Amino acid sequence: MLATIAFYVLAVIAVISAFAVISARNPVHSVLFLILTFFTAAGLFVLLGAEFLAMLLVIVYVGAVAVLFLFVVMMLDVDFVELKQGFLSYMPIGALIAAALLAELGLVASAAVSANGAPIAIAPAENTGITNAEAIGQVLYTDYLLVFQMAGLVLFVAMIGAIVLTLRHRPGVRKQDIAAQVGRKRSEGVELKDIRPGQGLG
Amino acid sequence: MIPGADYVPLVNFPLEVEWGLMKLGQILAISILLLISLAFLLLFDRKVWAAVQLRKGPNVVGPFGLLQSFADFFKFVFKEIVIPAGANKTVFILAPLLTFVLAFIGWAVVPWGPDVVIADLNVGILYLFAISSLGVYGIIMGGWASNSKYPFLGGLRSAAQMVSYEVSIGFIIITVLLLVGSLNLTTIVNAQSDGIWMWHGFRIFNFAEFPANILVGVTMLAMLGMFFISALAETNRPPFDLPEAESELVAGYQVEYSSTPYLLFMIGEYLNIVMMCAMTTILFLGGWHLPWGSIESLGLSPFWTSTVAMLVFYAKLWVMFFMFAMVKAIVPRYRYDQLMRLGWKIFLPTSLVAVVAMGYYVTFIAPAANATVAGG
Repeated sequence: MLATIAFYVLAVIAVISAFAVISARNPVHSVLFLILTFFTAAGLFVLLGAEFLAMLLVIVYVGAVAVLFLFVVMMLDVDFVELKQGFLSYMPIGALIAAALLAELGLVASAAVSANGAPIAIAPAENTGITNAEAIGQVLYTDYLLVFQMAGLVLFVAMIGAIVLTLRHRPGVRKQDIAAQVGRKRSEGVELKDIRPGQGLG
Repeated sequence: MIPGADYVPLVNFPLEVEWGLMKLGQILAISILLLISLAFLLLFDRKVWAAVQLRKGPNVVGPFGLLQSFADFFKFVFKEIVIPAGANKTVFILAPLLTFVLAFIGWAVVPWGPDVVIADLNVGILYLFAISSLGVYGIIMGGWASNSKYPFLGGLRSAAQMVSYEVSIGFIIITVLLLVGSLNLTTIVNAQSDGIWMWHGFRIFNFAEFPANILVGVTMLAMLGMFFISALAETNRPPFDLPEAESELVAGYQVEYSSTPYLLFMIGEYLNIVMMCAMTTILFLGGWHLPWGSIESLGLSPFWTSTVAMLVFYAKLWVMFFMFAMVKAIVPRYRYDQLMRLGWKIFLPTSLVAVVAMGYYVTFIAPAANATVAGG
């Protein structure tokens, strides 16, 4: 009973906040609603018994990715009038993508309805007595290690690419030399002068 | 807890309702304990600070100023709430509430003693990490919603600072996880039950497994130090309190806050500090276990074992908080670029190397040592 109530509460919040992401006028509010959506999705994962995935969702998406979104959106000076003007020219392609997604959702929903609520094509989880952190570790680092490493390599190359693209070496920029700052001694920075009254340093 | 066979309930509730009521009671008990502790921790913080500067500190309200925090509480609550004209009202009010609530919900998984825990999650440490990484939202939302320059700059600074130090905290947690082999906080504490030489921070004293204890001990002692420093940065404590650096940004993200919203921010901030103390205790300082052995070795009844365990854990929290207070009193504030350099160029590589070293120890050295012991 409690689990059912929790599911419906989380699901309703998730749908409403997902809708609010695209309907909110203020982009910062949009990001905040996106964070709420992530968070409720994590709650749904917990209800499914996938607590490890739920925590990863919160740590990676809510704790890091969404912070960067929020960071960027807050810094941007968004001109709403200009945004609205370009709206119609993007309309056809946007509608096309929306239609494709809607059709996919419809297909999944119709399959679920025709199966009378029985899970389709999901192998029943074997109760092997290991926690789902161990199960995921088994899959990622033992069964599909090579694929996982290759995916990591692709991301690594992409990261280096992004850094190389944005790295600029400008001449004449003063940089800090931490070793010189730390290695500075008192005798190099402070000098005691004996100043006589009424005469100054002269 | 399973009631005995002769247990007759006063009112026959469904099991789920009974469970819900029990959890509600536990949550209330922990929250009230934390709030009352916080009142005295705040006073303790100010007293330590004053003592270092050869002052007396708050000493007027109550004996030795013991009631100072309560007086401050009423002062804050009875002030007028000022919301700036250009502020985004909803987010402005939401930010301190979020900080306050997030500071509390992390305590759900903190084990105070054997079986003294509200929710014994399998992924407890990840939950704590997730909650502490959410803490940045309260600050960044408060900074933005104030619609003012200083709070905004403070919010941006703190977002960058907290995200940076989260990375190294994550890797430091992984070194502990590698040694224990579990994400469950109770299991992590029980892995350190034998005595101070099994506490993760002080594995160097475990001379029984010489010379491997040098590798583990030095690495984990360094991790303990780095975790403490990262915790200071993560909670915006001096010397890393740049988000509110009063000499540059007035008070950072909380400039526009007054009255109860400010109080919520302050309670949330201090509760996060206590949470970091609890995390240090659980991960590195043996949780509720005594320095000379496990709490069960006292041979008390289960009830008294739990009670003494809670007291030991609580005492360790206070010791860690004393460390936080001393750092605030004696270390000058970092410059922002120094802070970022420390996080990204020193802590991140060091913790990565430590993860590799602990992985090497767990895979190659520890099984070999166990094999020798088992073999003869």
